[in-house]
Amino acid sequence: MIRLDKVSKAYGERSILRECSFEVRKGETVVVIGASGSGKSTLLRMIIGLARPDSGRVYVDGQEVARLRRKELQALRSRMGYLFQTGALINWLTVGGNVALPLVETRKLPPDEVAERVDKALSLVGLAGTRDMSPGQLSGGMRKRVGLARSLVTEPEIILYDEPTTGLDPVTAHIIDQLIIDLRGKLGVTSVVVSHDMEGVYRVADRVAMLYEGRIIATGTPDEFRNSEDPIVQQFVTGALEGPLADRARQARASRPRGGG
Amino acid sequence: MRKFAAALESAGYVAEVMGRSFTFIVRKPRLPVTMRLMYDYGLKSLPVVMTVAFFSGMILALQTGIQMAKLGQEQYIGVIVALTFAREFGPFMTCIVLVGTVVSAFAAEIGTMTVSEETAALEVMSIEPIGYLAAPRILALTVMTFFLTFCALVVGLLGGAIVSHAQLGVPYHRFFDLALDSLSGRAWLGLPKDLYSGLLKATITAYVIGAVGCASGLRAQGGALGVGTAVRRAVITSIVLILVISYDFTWLVYRAFGP
Repeated sequence: MIRLDKVSKAYGERSILRECSFEVRKGETVVVIGASGSGKSTLLRMIIGLARPDSGRVYVDGQEVARLRRKELQALRSRMGYLFQTGALINWLTVGGNVALPLVETRKLPPDEVAERVDKALSLVGLAGTRDMSPGQLSGGMRKRVGLARSLVTEPEIILYDEPTTGLDPVTAHIIDQLIIDLRGKLGVTSVVVSHDMEGVYRVADRVAMLYEGRIIATGTPDEFRNSEDPIVQQFVTGALEGPLADRARQARASRPRGGG
Repeated sequence: MRKFAAALESAGYVAEVMGRSFTFIVRKPRLPVTMRLMYDYGLKSLPVVMTVAFFSGMILALQTGIQMAKLGQEQYIGVIVALTFAREFGPFMTCIVLVGTVVSAFAAEIGTMTVSEETAALEVMSIEPIGYLAAPRILALTVMTFFLTFCALVVGLLGGAIVSHAQLGVPYHRFFDLALDSLSGRAWLGLPKDLYSGLLKATITAYVIGAVGCASGLRAQGGALGVGTAVRRAVITSIVLILVISYDFTWLVYRAFGP
């Protein structure tokens, strides 16, 4: 359903993805893990057409995303949901207004149905009764959950989650993880999740993919990852202080020019 | 060379914002939002525009009047103030004030949304940020600039009349008779040319600088620093464009219809 074929991307001099290839099958939940700044969010942004690869191709349902025209891309996006790290709520709209936004702007639904869907989406993320609050009144975790409700309200076939549980308390994080599992189980939603939270990764993933130095270096089931003998994977999933990731970070620090600022 | 290419790319994006906003304004105008923005950005700028216009009218009358008095021509000061305000000063001054109050706000507001991924969120919901954010702002600024420029002319004349009377001894009726005569004497498409060419110039300029503010915001990058850069870029570009459009429009009008 989603395929990245030798995708490369650089921001200025900094290479983020290097001939990265990766596939997600229909109805599958794949979690992409990797160090901060390793290009996980860039990967998600390419799938939904917010960023273009410098080389290589990204396909969703057989369509090459970078080649789609404006209307075609909008049609594709209408089948997708995207949860931003910060929630990315529109500040002058209420919580209800934010969740209703994609319905009001892109679908001609009667107001009753919009209200019903908004309430349902807010209940799913545990925020029933917050419809009239403004984003300024919400905590970071609540804003993220409103963002998730907004992604769910259009009942998408594919949902891309950019760190859905970062900054949430353990119970709420568990609720969100369960929601991701339910969406796959009940509605067959295809999900790509970017996360650092290994407990959550093991809970929700059908498959895990690890991004390191611009490439997917390992894929497998949560159990395969847990028992992996690859020293990079092992250090990341256990969070050990010593190992190849720490050595690489030390090398990077040493090669960085010193200076004020 | 790289900077030149970046400048061309920015100009191209401003043109895209202008074009696509026009399409949205014609096809899907967001009138309730536009009305609110007209109040927020336009009506709330009225006091500052009127203050600047009032004092500008006084200064213009005083500086020109003193020189004209030396020639014994101070009775004609109303003509100078009216024509200067209608043709150049009113549109120029109103647009400059609006760059500081409104265009910079467009760039800051949309820029903040861009760096906090709110505009990206609109895109993934298949809502075009140009249609949702830029078009209503540009329309609101354009409509309000027409009225603000007219108000600036009226208030500028009033300031000029007070100074002419108090400092130069020109009677009010003499000032206004000559001022209105000079404005209504030259018909253009059946309308007083100097007045309407000035209002039209301000309106066209407002559309362009509104697009510049929104485009700068939509291209903001990199947190608070990026928003600051977007605002600075919008203000500088807008001021330069006001001067360029002002000269080109004036040249075009007098070339086509005579002085």
